[in-house]
Formats: sequence, structure tokens, C-alpha cells
Amino acid sequence: MLSAEEKAAVTTLFGKVKVDEVGGEALGRLLVVYPWTQRFFESFGDLSTADAVFGNPKVKAHGKKVLDSFCEGLKQLDDLKGAFASLSELHCDKLHVDPENFKLLGNVLVVVLARRFGSEFTPELQANFQKVVTGVANALAHRYH
Amino acid sequence: MVHFTAEEKAAITGLWGKVNVEEAGGEALGRLLVVYPWTQRFFDSFGNLSSTSAIMGNPKVKAHGKKVLTSFGEAIKNLDNLKGAFAKLSELHCDKLHVDPENFRLLGNVIVIILATHFGREFTPDVQAAWQKLVSGVATALAHKYH
Repeated sequence: MLSAEEKAAVTTLFGKVKVDEVGGEALGRLLVVYPWTQRFFESFGDLSTADAVFGNPKVKAHGKKVLDSFCEGLKQLDDLKGAFASLSELHCDKLHVDPENFKLLGNVLVVVLARRFGSEFTPELQANFQKVVTGVANALAHRYH
Repeated sequence: MVHFTAEEKAAITGLWGKVNVEEAGGEALGRLLVVYPWTQRFFDSFGNLSSTSAIMGNPKVKAHGKKVLTSFGEAIKNLDNLKGAFAKLSELHCDKLHVDPENFRLLGNVIVIILATHFGREFTPDVQAAWQKLVSGVATALAHKYH
């Protein structure tokens, strides 16, 4: 999927990411920008406004969990399907998440990186990350039936 | 038909007023061609698109990007009637240019990313939500006359 240089560029940029913050921001923005995704988090409490979403400790905690899992995926770019097999089954069989939502979250993550890194988020980095989030989304959908 | 609240309209127009349409347009089209390389098929006459620097420096890419984003700016003046605003462009893209409407969504997402890189902190979740709704509305309007 990515050449050695592209992988290095992706992991270098991601190495500068504050995983605690970026996960929460990505999940929070997903819930604000695509409000129907809130249906998956009914137990999280108040999600009624952007402020409520961003102040919500469960959103931050779960966002971090999601991004930690993404980071693990980055270590296995040559076998994303294998890396995400269990999570794919979980999201299909137990969580009942429409796989379209993985693409939405991937795109939100790219926007968050763009916002945080500004001009450092070059066209090439954008292209590489877009490939990665697409690969992760496909891997998460792979075990659906 | 997409409907924008007064706050969403303010978020959209507030940010748009600070956008350098010429630069942002060239950057948006350039990034589309880099990130989604199959879109280069629509621009065979543009010359050298063989590398990122070739694309981002290509004067035809910059000029056409400016044209596309200027048209987007017209949409922002017609937020209550995007389908009407883009009716002719929709027919053009279907009948003459033969562009798969999925590409309008891709370009819309690239525009959102560019705004994020330029505006940083100011690109709040509510602003992102308003803009995502706008690019989605524009993509739908551009696809509306397809047959």
C-alpha cells in the first residue's frame, strides 16, 4: 500500500501526535459533524451540543481507545486486514455499526491532522494518510457478513 | 433540499470572507489530483502532472482551481437554492465533461481539509459541521441534473 518512504513519513508525523487529545477530538468532531453517529453512544450522556460533546469525559476516553487501536494498525500497514480482524467481527456482530461510518471517522481524522499540522500537512502526507484511513476502514469492514 | 440555520450560514460566510480564493482554489484542485490520482484523467490537456511539485506548480491547475472555487463562492451567496445555482454546471458536468459525481464529494472533502490547514484553531467543530454540510449540498446539487 505505501512505499518505505511513505510509511516513514506517516509514522514520523504520527509520532508528533498527542494521542490523548487527537482521539477525543476526532471522535468528538465525528459526533458533531455527522450527528447520526451519536446513536452508537447513547450511554455516553450529554451529546446535545458541540460544547457538551467536547466536554464529555466518555467521548475523550473512547476517542483515545479508538486512536490507540489505530496506532497499533500503523505498526502493521502490510497486514491491516489481519490487524483489524477481531475488531471487524466485533463491530459487525456485537456493535452493529454500518461500515460507512469507518470512512467518515477516517476523513475526520485527516481533517484533525490537517488542522493541527497546518502547512506541515503537505499534499503528499495527505495522500499517504488518506490511503491509510481507507485501508483501515476496509480492514474493519472485511469481516462483515 | 439542504437547509442551513442562521448560525451555519454565519459560520460559512465568516470563514469564506478570509479565504484567498485564488490560492485556495489552486491548492484544492492540486491536492485532489495528488490524493486521488485517477482524477487526473479529467485534465489530460493540463500538461505535466507527473509529480506532486509538478501538479502544485502547474499554472493550468492553479487557474482552473481558481475558477472552480470562484464558482463555489457564488454558491455561498445562494445557500437557500444550491440546486438552482448549480443547474447549468450540473448539466455541463454530465453531458459534456462526463465526470462521475463521486468526484464532487472528493473535492468537497479536500476543500474542508484545506480550510482546516489554513484556519487551525478557528476551524471549530461547529464550523467544520457547517462546511461539511455545504460541500455535501454542493456535491448533491452538481449531481442533480445527471441522467
